[in-house]
Amino acid sequence: MNDRLMDFDKAIEQFEPVLGFEVHVELSTRTKMFSSAPNVFGSEPNTNVTPVCLGLPGSLPVVNEQAVRYSISLGLALGCSIAESSRFARKNYFYPDLAKNYQISQYDEPIAFDGSVDVELEDGRIVPVAIERAHMEEDAGKLTHLGGATGRIQGAEYSLVDYNRAGVPLVEIVTRPIEGAGADAPALARAYVATIRDIVLALGISEARMDRGNLRCDANVSLRPRGQQRYGTRTETKNVNSLRSVERAVRYEIQRQAAILAEGGTITQETRHWHEDTGRTSPGRPKSDADDYRYFPEPDLLPVVPSAELIAELRAALPEAPAVRRRRLKEAWGFTDLEFRDVVNGGLLAEVQATVEAGASPQAARKWWTGEISRIANAREAEAGALVAPAQVAELQGLVDDGTLTDKLARQVLEGVIDGEGSPAEVVQRRGLAVVSDDGALLAAIDEALAAQPDVLEKIRDGKVQAAGAIIGAVMKAMKGQADAARVRELVLERAQG
Amino acid sequence: MSGTGAEAITRLPAAELAQLLAAGELSSVEATRAHLDRIAQVDDVVNAFLHVSDHALDVAADVDARRAAGEQLGPLAGVPLAIKDVLVTSDMPTTAGSRILEGWLPPYDATVVQKIRAADLVPLGKTNMDEFAMGSTTENSAYGPTRNPWDLDRIPGGSGGGSAACLAAFEAPLALGSDTGGSIREPAHLTGTVGVKPTYGGVSRYGVIALASSLDQIGPCARTVLDAALLHDVIAGHDPHDSTSLGEAWPSFAELARSSADASALQGLRVGVVRELSGEGIDPGVRQRFTETLELLAAHGAEIVEVSMPHVEYAVAAYYLILPAEASSNLARYDSVRFGLRADVTGTVEDVMSATREAGFGDEVKRRVILGTYALSAGYYDAYYGKAQKVRTLIQRDFAAAFEQAEVLVSPTAPMTAYPLGTTTHDPLAQYLNDITTIPVNLAGIPGMSVPVGLSPEDGLPVGLHLMAPARQDARLYRAGAAVEALVREHRGAPLLDAVPDLAAAIQAWQEVAR
Repeated sequence: MNDRLMDFDKAIEQFEPVLGFEVHVELSTRTKMFSSAPNVFGSEPNTNVTPVCLGLPGSLPVVNEQAVRYSISLGLALGCSIAESSRFARKNYFYPDLAKNYQISQYDEPIAFDGSVDVELEDGRIVPVAIERAHMEEDAGKLTHLGGATGRIQGAEYSLVDYNRAGVPLVEIVTRPIEGAGADAPALARAYVATIRDIVLALGISEARMDRGNLRCDANVSLRPRGQQRYGTRTETKNVNSLRSVERAVRYEIQRQAAILAEGGTITQETRHWHEDTGRTSPGRPKSDADDYRYFPEPDLLPVVPSAELIAELRAALPEAPAVRRRRLKEAWGFTDLEFRDVVNGGLLAEVQATVEAGASPQAARKWWTGEISRIANAREAEAGALVAPAQVAELQGLVDDGTLTDKLARQVLEGVIDGEGSPAEVVQRRGLAVVSDDGALLAAIDEALAAQPDVLEKIRDGKVQAAGAIIGAVMKAMKGQADAARVRELVLERAQG
Repeated sequence: MSGTGAEAITRLPAAELAQLLAAGELSSVEATRAHLDRIAQVDDVVNAFLHVSDHALDVAADVDARRAAGEQLGPLAGVPLAIKDVLVTSDMPTTAGSRILEGWLPPYDATVVQKIRAADLVPLGKTNMDEFAMGSTTENSAYGPTRNPWDLDRIPGGSGGGSAACLAAFEAPLALGSDTGGSIREPAHLTGTVGVKPTYGGVSRYGVIALASSLDQIGPCARTVLDAALLHDVIAGHDPHDSTSLGEAWPSFAELARSSADASALQGLRVGVVRELSGEGIDPGVRQRFTETLELLAAHGAEIVEVSMPHVEYAVAAYYLILPAEASSNLARYDSVRFGLRADVTGTVEDVMSATREAGFGDEVKRRVILGTYALSAGYYDAYYGKAQKVRTLIQRDFAAAFEQAEVLVSPTAPMTAYPLGTTTHDPLAQYLNDITTIPVNLAGIPGMSVPVGLSPEDGLPVGLHLMAPARQDARLYRAGAAVEALVREHRGAPLLDAVPDLAAAIQAWQEVAR
């Protein structure tokens, strides 16, 4: 079923979009939120579990102190007040990925509340986004639905449950309604999530990889006719797993809702599912404010009462704000406005910074990330940061700098790294891609080429140095590009003199 | 122990057994075998045990071997004990008295179970209980009721009927119980045994199948105050796995019980009689023994004062909102997905969950899950759960005021003596109302003890005195309890349990009637 969409500009002319975001951040603590099970990604199913993660009878939760520290740091970075005392509650609902059939979450007493973050748009304008709250909770397990056509629960024959993720610590950041973004709404959505991502990366409290679900965004969108005060009915779009998708999903919902409203229809309050492949949203389950989770204070846990000293300590240790950091990095790296904006808009600031920290020059790091890696990411519809690690990019650049690789070879090595063939050095070795730096081998190739074109040496001696180009080309071809052209040129000229 | 028959061994209090074991006059294997034999002899009828360990003798032999090798062992090493089936055990099935967990073998031990193993006690088996500890008669067990050794046609109380009855039937000298609203103390009262609900947080709840998390507490069941104290000493203490457990350094309750086992300990003790829990609604026979006990205490120098707790009249109502609310959430995990019963139906996961819960839960469990779900629902939360929590605060204040006037508070442990099986099966409200004397203690998180004080003149069945102390002052219970126990024994001339009828004969007679 294809939704009817209104042209975006037209939609914005008639309606004012109101946005709201719930961003879930998985904290990279060593163990889970309420148990000693390891908090690691990618293990065999149901191996990182304890009786607590499985909700076995008799098991009890214990709050992870590191998760509390991380949450306070995040709250402070979001400009929030930290609650002197906050409480966990039980959110009760039956679902097989929820081992206890209730989620331990914070409800009416979140650890952080009333904050604001500055979000920078592409053109440099700063938009403050008000944060209502940031609260701690535990993640659910992961369901895999099998035997159906769609991979969704409807129509599946059976489902598998993996509780490795059950109990992974999360912070949910909830904004207040964001009004007045107008045509900037999709870009603001993206920039907001990118800002949250930058903040958690700067704090070092999460891997923040959207493709792995470390950072998840639910985007609430509603429209109201221009001039109307009352908010329209909102939808909540889930499964938005990249910055690009955030922008697209918000744009799509604005266009979809506008088409319905313009025809006099009504918006159903529901969750919607974002489909990366089709670029559309589809209806999920109806959601109303009357959903009854029977919240009540979690009796197995005491209130979280951080000391003023702890809060002061964490506040003092906060890294600089992303906007401040951006100004500093731009200056330190000597990038032009355009160069720097490319990096920021590509959401690649953290990657470039990490690559520079790993030893690459700022310009080289920038070129890799905004160039070849972004190109591959676009082609594969993946997140650039998910393809390759900054340290590997720096290592790759190091191989270029020391003459082991030419730029062209380095791009081939990058492909190999992205395809999981190993580190740059391993790919070089495995694919045999290194520049031939053995003069003997080069001289043999030069002599062979000279034998085929005997007049070239004569021309060079007559002063027509450019004639060497024919030999260099032949040698590079014979070496399959794995030679340093400058060195070949030197050797050819030496031969002519000899 | 020359010339001591197996039956005599089973009648020994844990403290005396421990002494004989330490002195090498008795082996743990002999002690354990004597109790296993007794279980085999009487438990078909008493039904105190849901599971009897098949390796208790191995555990006992190991303790004997280590003692023989000169290892320093704890004060209760080698003494057998029974474990309420609400505690998870990795070597014995754990059901909490429910069909939904039939045959479930937990992959871990409760902290308290780890502690009793570390102290070298010998687990005999798991004791019967009302399903998920919901009840005060043990008739709500999915595995049949437990019978009271004083009269096999009567209830032993509940939910820990098994842990109390096994003591009165001399099947075990010690047992672990759990007390959410009286489940240790009420059965102690009805079976002439001692039961203690420690201060909330005094004993770890990790591995305790939860009924109501803010009320549940594990405690000792025994035939004497000293025995209860010895077991309490083993299980008390902070547990990093239970966030609600206290960091308290507890005194040795056993030392206190020993040093106070004399009427002189009562001299000057201010004892507060809770007016609202000691008059109206208490059976005459129970009231008579209670009044006599107060007179006895006064005669030995205790100062008896009357205190009023105006809000306890709301305790039962508040309790039956808080408990079902927490229970409805705690019991949500019994859904067939990861463990326990799975109903044999096809359909969606919701269909299977629903059919499993329909088949696996008994009526009382369903009743309370429905009640609790309702009480927590949007629009009702403030009126029910919220209001109940306020009552809880008021009752805590009542206790605080009462403890300004008295060091310990007293009431009868329960309004009645053991009544015939089936009396309240179809009247849950009548059964709920019987919990009035014990419930306020759980709502306030304070410690309580039931100590036997005699037999009702009306029916010859045991009556307990309910002692209450401020939070963290469990020591006061052992001081006062040991003194009361000594006084009653002196007064009667023998331990109360000497009056329990000969069970073998009673069983024979009972079986003939049943036939």
